[in-house]
Amino acid sequence: MSFDHPVESLLRMDRMPHIWCPGCGIGTSVNCFTRALLDSKLNLDKVAIVSGIGCTGRVAGYLRLDSFHTTHGRAIPFATGLKLGNPDLKVIVYSGDGDLIAIGGNHFIHAARRNMDLMVVCVNNFNYAMTGGQVGPTTPVTAIGTTAPYGSFEPPFNLPYLAESCGATYIARWTTFHVRQLARTYAEALTRKGFVFIEVISPCPELYGRRNRLGAVVDMTKFYKEKSVVRHNAPTKEVGIGLQGEIVVGKFVDQPQPTYLEAMTEQMQAKLGDRFVPAEVAS
Amino acid sequence: MNADPRGVLTGAHFLSGNEAACEGALAAGCRFVAGYPITPSTDIVERIAERVPTLGGTFIQMEDEIASSIAIQGAVWAGQKAMTVTSGPGFSLMMEHIGLAVITETPCVFINVQRGGPSTGLPTLPGQADLMQARWGSHGDYEVIALSPNSPQECFEMTVEAFNLAEKYRTPVFLMSDECVGHMTEKVVIPPAAEIEIYPRRYTALPPSEYQPYRPEADLVPQMIKAGDGYRIHVTGLTHDERGYPVISAECQAQLVPRLVDKIRCNAGDIVAVEEHNIEDGGIVLVSFGITSRVAFRAMEMARAKGRRVGMLRLRTIWPFPEERIRELAEGTRAFVVAEMNLGQMVYEVERCSGGRAKTLLAPHAGGTVHSPQQILDVIEEAAR
Repeated sequence: MSFDHPVESLLRMDRMPHIWCPGCGIGTSVNCFTRALLDSKLNLDKVAIVSGIGCTGRVAGYLRLDSFHTTHGRAIPFATGLKLGNPDLKVIVYSGDGDLIAIGGNHFIHAARRNMDLMVVCVNNFNYAMTGGQVGPTTPVTAIGTTAPYGSFEPPFNLPYLAESCGATYIARWTTFHVRQLARTYAEALTRKGFVFIEVISPCPELYGRRNRLGAVVDMTKFYKEKSVVRHNAPTKEVGIGLQGEIVVGKFVDQPQPTYLEAMTEQMQAKLGDRFVPAEVAS
Repeated sequence: MNADPRGVLTGAHFLSGNEAACEGALAAGCRFVAGYPITPSTDIVERIAERVPTLGGTFIQMEDEIASSIAIQGAVWAGQKAMTVTSGPGFSLMMEHIGLAVITETPCVFINVQRGGPSTGLPTLPGQADLMQARWGSHGDYEVIALSPNSPQECFEMTVEAFNLAEKYRTPVFLMSDECVGHMTEKVVIPPAAEIEIYPRRYTALPPSEYQPYRPEADLVPQMIKAGDGYRIHVTGLTHDERGYPVISAECQAQLVPRLVDKIRCNAGDIVAVEEHNIEDGGIVLVSFGITSRVAFRAMEMARAKGRRVGMLRLRTIWPFPEERIRELAEGTRAFVVAEMNLGQMVYEVERCSGGRAKTLLAPHAGGTVHSPQQILDVIEEAAR
C-alpha cells in the first residue's frame, strides 16, 4: 500500500512545505488541477505552467512541469511568447486576482481578445494576500483591507463578465468547496483551445477572512456551500459577487472560436499561399 | 555554426539602419519578435512583420512594451531566438524585464533606436541619452552588454553580434542605435550565410536527472534547456539556487548575483571592442560612439589639419565600458574630449577611468540633431589650451 499523495508525481516535493497559510484555498485548487492533469491524455513534458507574483503566483514553483515564475502581472505575455514560440506546448497561466486583473489587466483583456491559446486560472481571494491583505480589483464593496481600513467603496470587477466581453471562449467559476466540479472543469478546459478562463473563489482566512470577520476556513467553506448557486450558462453580467452575497458558479461560456494561431495561419495562407511557413522550433 | 541561409539577404543593398538591423536579426536566426509601434523604431518591426511569416517565424504586436519585453522571453524558453525593438518611452517601460532576463539568464536582444528625451521628448529626432538607463535602468545589481552602431552596415553586423553575445553569455544585449543611424540609408553588404558566424544556444548535453539549470560552466554561464524537452525545470525571477529554486537568503544572493555580474565583468576582454585612429602619446583623445563618432571623426580631421595632435577612440561597445583601454590611454594623454549627444553620460565613465591622470572635457549636445564638427572642435581647442 502506498502512502504517497495521489498527485505527488506532479509536485516538487523537495520544495515542501509550501508557503501557503493554513486554510488557504490555493492548495485545494492545485489538488483539483493536478488530478485533472494526471487524468488527461496530455504528454506532461509538453505542458508548461506560468505564474505571476503573489500567493497564487507560487503555484508554478510547486508543480513538476516546465514552470515559470515571472514578474508581477506579466504571466500572460510571457505565456503568449512561450506558446507562439512552440505551438506544441500546452500553456497554462495560474495566478491570482491582483496579479492577473489589476497590474496584469491589460494583458488579460488583450490575450482574451486575441483568443490566445492559453488556459488562464485565476484564484480569486478578494485581496492582495502576499503583501498582507490590501484591497484589490475584486474586493467587494464595504470589505475591509489594510489599504481600505474604512471599507472598500470601489466597484469590483465581475471576472467572467470581463472575460466574456473581451472574447474568452470558455469561462467557468467554482469555489474551493466544489472540488469535484472544479476538477471536472479543469479536465474539460484542458481539451479546449483558445482563451480559456477559470475563476476559483478561494478562502484567505488569515487576512481577508479575519479582517472581515468571516470566521475560520471551515466557516468560509460552509458559506461557499450554502451561498453558492450552480447556474450553468448564466449570463455573465449577472454573476458579480458582493460581500457575503450569493456566488453563482458553473460553466458560463463554452463557445469555440478560431484561436489566434488558427486565425493567423488562415490569414497568412490566404495571402502568402505556399510561401507561408508556420513557426518552427530550432533544435 | 553558420547562419541559416533562408534568413540571409546576401548581396549589396541600399538600406536604412533600421532595415539593416532587421536583416541582422534574421541572419542571426531570430524568429520571434514582439513589439509595439514607436517612432523612430517602428520600421524595424514593419519589415519583420513582412519577412518572418515566410521564414518560419512569428511577429506579434503586443499591447505595450511591457508585454513585448516579456513575450520575447517566453519565446526564448520555447527555443526561439527573440528580440524586441523600441525607443525612449518604450525602453523605459521595458526596464522591469531587463532585470528578469538578467536574473533568469534569458538570452535576448533589445534594440533601442534612441530619440530625444526625457518623456515623449523628440519622437522623430535623435538622442544618445539612454546609455546610463541601459546600464542601470532596472533595479538591483547587474551588468549588461550594449553595442553602438554608427552606420547601416554596422546595424546589420552588430545586430548579429548582439544575438551571438546574448547566447554566449545568456544575457540581454542592447543595440543602442539612434534616429540618425536608424534612418540614414547607405550601402549595406550582407555576406553569404556561410560567412556569418552564429553562436548557438548553449543547450545542455546532460540528461534531466543530472542537469542543474543554474550550475555555471567555467566561464560562469550555465547551460540551457527549452520547455517541452522533459527537463521540467523551474525558472523564477526570485533569487534562486543552482536547481532554479527560490531561496530568500543573503547566502544565496551572494552566490547568484556576483556570478551574474562577474560573467560579464570577467569576460569583458572578450566582449569589448573599440576602434582607434591617430592616437599618439601626449595628444588629445576624442572619445565618441554611434552617430556622434562620425561628426567627431570630422572634427578630428579639422583639428589635425590645424596641426593639433588629436586621435580618436570610438566605442563600439558601450557596456561593458572599455575601462582597461581608457586607463592605459590616461597615462600618456593630454586630455580626453568626450563627444556625445546628451548632457554628460559616458564622460563620467571616462573621467572615472582616467582617475585624474588626464583632464576630461565634455562636448555635449541636448539632442534633436547631431553636433556640428565646429562644436566638437571648440572643445578640442579648449582641451589644448
